[in-house]
Amino acid sequence: MATATPAPKINRIGLPVVEYRGGKSTLCAGCGHNAISERIIDAMFEMGVEPERVIKMSGIGCSSKSPAYFMNRAHSFNSVHGRMPSVTTGALLANSTVQALGVSGDGDTASIGMGQFVHLLRRNLPMIYIIEDNGVYGLTKGQFSATADIGSKLKTGVINDLPAIDTCALAIQLGATFVGRSFSGDKKQLLAMLKAAIAHKGTVMLDVISPCVTFNDHEGSTKSYKFLQEHDEPINEIGFVPSFEDIEVDYDSGEVYDVQMHDGSSLRLRKLREEGYDPTDKIEAVRTLTEAHEKGEILTGVFYVDTRKPTFLDLLNLVDEPLATLPESVTRPSREALDSLMHSLQ
Amino acid sequence: MATGDLALGQEQGSLSARQRVANDFSIIVATVNGSGSQSANSVLLKSIFGMGVPVSGKNLFPSNIAGLPTWYTIRASKYGYVARKRECEVLVALNPETAREDVLNLPTGGVAIYEENLNLKQYRSDVVCYPVPFDKLTAAICPEAKLRKLVKNMVYVGVVAQLLAIDLEVIEKSVKKQFAKKQKVFDLNFGAVKAGHDYAQATFTKQDPYYIEHMGSTTGKIIIDGNAACGMGAVFAGVTVVAWYPITPSTSLIEATTDLLKKLRITPEGKATFAVVQAEDELAAIGMVLGAGWAGARSMTSTSGPGISLMAEFAGLGYFAELPGVIFDVQRTGPATGMPTRTSQADLLPVAFLSHGDTKHVVLLPANVKECFEFSQEAFDLTERLQTPVFVLTDLDLGMNNWMSEPFTYPDKPFDRGKVLTAEDLNRLGGFARYKDVDGDGVGWRTLPGTKHPKAAYFTRGSGHNESAGYTEKPDDYVNLMDRLARKFEGARKLVPAPVVVKDGTSKVGFLAFGTTDFALRESLDQIQAEYGQSVDYVRIRAYPFAQEIHDFVASHERVYVVEQDRDAQLASLLKLDLPGEQAAKLRSILHYNGLPVDARTITEEFATKEGL
Repeated sequence: MATATPAPKINRIGLPVVEYRGGKSTLCAGCGHNAISERIIDAMFEMGVEPERVIKMSGIGCSSKSPAYFMNRAHSFNSVHGRMPSVTTGALLANSTVQALGVSGDGDTASIGMGQFVHLLRRNLPMIYIIEDNGVYGLTKGQFSATADIGSKLKTGVINDLPAIDTCALAIQLGATFVGRSFSGDKKQLLAMLKAAIAHKGTVMLDVISPCVTFNDHEGSTKSYKFLQEHDEPINEIGFVPSFEDIEVDYDSGEVYDVQMHDGSSLRLRKLREEGYDPTDKIEAVRTLTEAHEKGEILTGVFYVDTRKPTFLDLLNLVDEPLATLPESVTRPSREALDSLMHSLQ
Repeated sequence: MATGDLALGQEQGSLSARQRVANDFSIIVATVNGSGSQSANSVLLKSIFGMGVPVSGKNLFPSNIAGLPTWYTIRASKYGYVARKRECEVLVALNPETAREDVLNLPTGGVAIYEENLNLKQYRSDVVCYPVPFDKLTAAICPEAKLRKLVKNMVYVGVVAQLLAIDLEVIEKSVKKQFAKKQKVFDLNFGAVKAGHDYAQATFTKQDPYYIEHMGSTTGKIIIDGNAACGMGAVFAGVTVVAWYPITPSTSLIEATTDLLKKLRITPEGKATFAVVQAEDELAAIGMVLGAGWAGARSMTSTSGPGISLMAEFAGLGYFAELPGVIFDVQRTGPATGMPTRTSQADLLPVAFLSHGDTKHVVLLPANVKECFEFSQEAFDLTERLQTPVFVLTDLDLGMNNWMSEPFTYPDKPFDRGKVLTAEDLNRLGGFARYKDVDGDGVGWRTLPGTKHPKAAYFTRGSGHNESAGYTEKPDDYVNLMDRLARKFEGARKLVPAPVVVKDGTSKVGFLAFGTTDFALRESLDQIQAEYGQSVDYVRIRAYPFAQEIHDFVASHERVYVVEQDRDAQLASLLKLDLPGEQAAKLRSILHYNGLPVDARTITEEFATKEGL
């Protein structure tokens, strides 16, 4: 006797999770990036984002391949090395109604892409920018990147003698309005962070440490699964209540920092440190990150949120419709306009 | 009358006896950069234009904010020649640093108008000298000391107007237009013009033969620079996204575009139907342009040589991933920084093949301001039709100088937005393959991000891709893709602006050229005819890839001279790649690359030498 297959779980826009899946990953088995792709799928599904309204953007590298492995129903653009910010900026200028999700890597961001990255932050372009951060260049077989920690060791025995660039501290200083760090192995934290990111309006910069199982997961590496499991210090516990759900559990208000998101969602950051942590205080955020470096801790959590700062698109005073599809009647000035210009030049 | 100011009486007498020269000479104004001579130069140019005389102006300026020498040349030509002329007959010397050299450059019988204490007559006994106490005259009419430097320029306009017999009313109109709506500024400036005029009238007896006489040749014409014309074209082409990085000599193209967008493209609700972004560099500028083009916007950037070099990587992505975007290159001299304020055509080859791998680009080559306006619009249609970046190559001479033109005509065809599938199309078709050549023209159909259809999405990448936009490293997939791109490029030959057959008679000898070389070459054709009795044919190339007519022209001539403004014969080289060997062997080169716009005499002399005339 055949048993009825249970109907697949459907999200609030009536789609099953399979509609958020992508192609089969060609990354190494166990690569942290694959776990991040899974969390993106979960977050987009749970938030009920229309896949067609998303653009997946990336640069070059292992990380930048990953948009092929989630959300096949979203347009995707695998651009050139370190230049995803500019391409995304252009795409959003053309169509400000889509949601941009960018996936980059530590090399793609902190080395070749640093120029565009800092200007993206400065503009507060509304997009989610994820760094899949493993501290090495994978596709070229394991050279250090600029986020590798000082003293970290390659398989070949080479020790990194340059300090790491902290992309989170940089993002906070330069104007991103939602900044956090997570670990590809921390499903719960990463999922909550991604859902909040989807709700945020402005540049979301998430540095997700994502161990490279092939080139940077050995003893002596500071970006290995083992090292992360031992040194991951969450600064807050992230609770996210989307706008379309009721808040069920209330924390003791003294322990929770409640951030009202632009879309009506609520980001609830429960303090995990005795001294507390205010994620709206830029100076405290940068100080805390700096101190963590001194102590050799890997802080994770949401470090900074600003829900009020206008985005780059807000500053441009654009019409509501996408510029891309404005009709000729709107974008070509009239015959009279040309006549008048010609007259003024005579 | 201060006859004592005139140089050696005897020679002056012989000079004044010369035949009257009306509407066929050049003026050179030597000043210091940053002294505000621009408005005065513009007033003088527009006044000659207002007299109905064909005129052109060239600003020969340094790459400097203030303090270095700068020259402005104005050519009046009753024949309508607008190219640079090698010699200028009338000098206005206001820069003590260069005054000696400036006066030594005058031809015999030339005219020198100068600040009297420069005492230039000591260097030349064979030119007519009109010393003017500019500072004294300026001080008298401009009590505010800090404005005197600017106002002084208008005094020279008055002196020149009086000596050349330009109507004061025409000058007044030009000054009024220049300082539109600012009555006080007008009063001060026109007061300066009058002071100069009155002084010249009271002091000098006309000793030179040069006059501006009324003509009717400029009625209905406009004056505009090429950068403004390109910008205007873009605005009438419905550009919506502009991303750029400042660079001489392209900056004013974007400024003109932005001004017009603000004027013409704000909705009644006060919202912008455009976005202009000053990017962090040219890499980002073209990245934004291609991102916007990918998402369906009409997008553009403008730059010059160094910016073009930076855009190389993205240009290859645009070609390979088939992204629309318009890139203006207002050429200046290279290599490297080169001479940023001097003109050149030496970006042709680099732009045609910009980026690594087998990349090639569609390049439009306007030669005058009207074509700037038209090709700018054409570029947006072509880039969306062909789904590839389209370059518009102008140069500093065309872009930053004022040119006369017939008024621009309103575009007579609707936008061609190219092959874009909507959600409704996808419902009907059931799906699509982004890079499949369904129409046989090498151009696939695309969808725009945000299209509400589960089958709308595709994956854009600069890596190997198959017809469905999937990643591939299969040899056949790659060859198919590269061959289709080549087919598309072949098809562009028929879509780009056709060459202009300026003259195709019975001559065995022909000329080929593009862009601003046209001004000098047309004049040179007349010189060759008048001085050597030879009628030489001429076809002007207006785009790459080359149209069939260009092949035919070479085939029907024994020798073809390719005239261009670069050292390495770039146009000739590009033609040689395109032509069969026996045809390529017919090409000869006439090259000019000193940073100044080519003049007719240079072409004529070189042609005569090479032809053994």
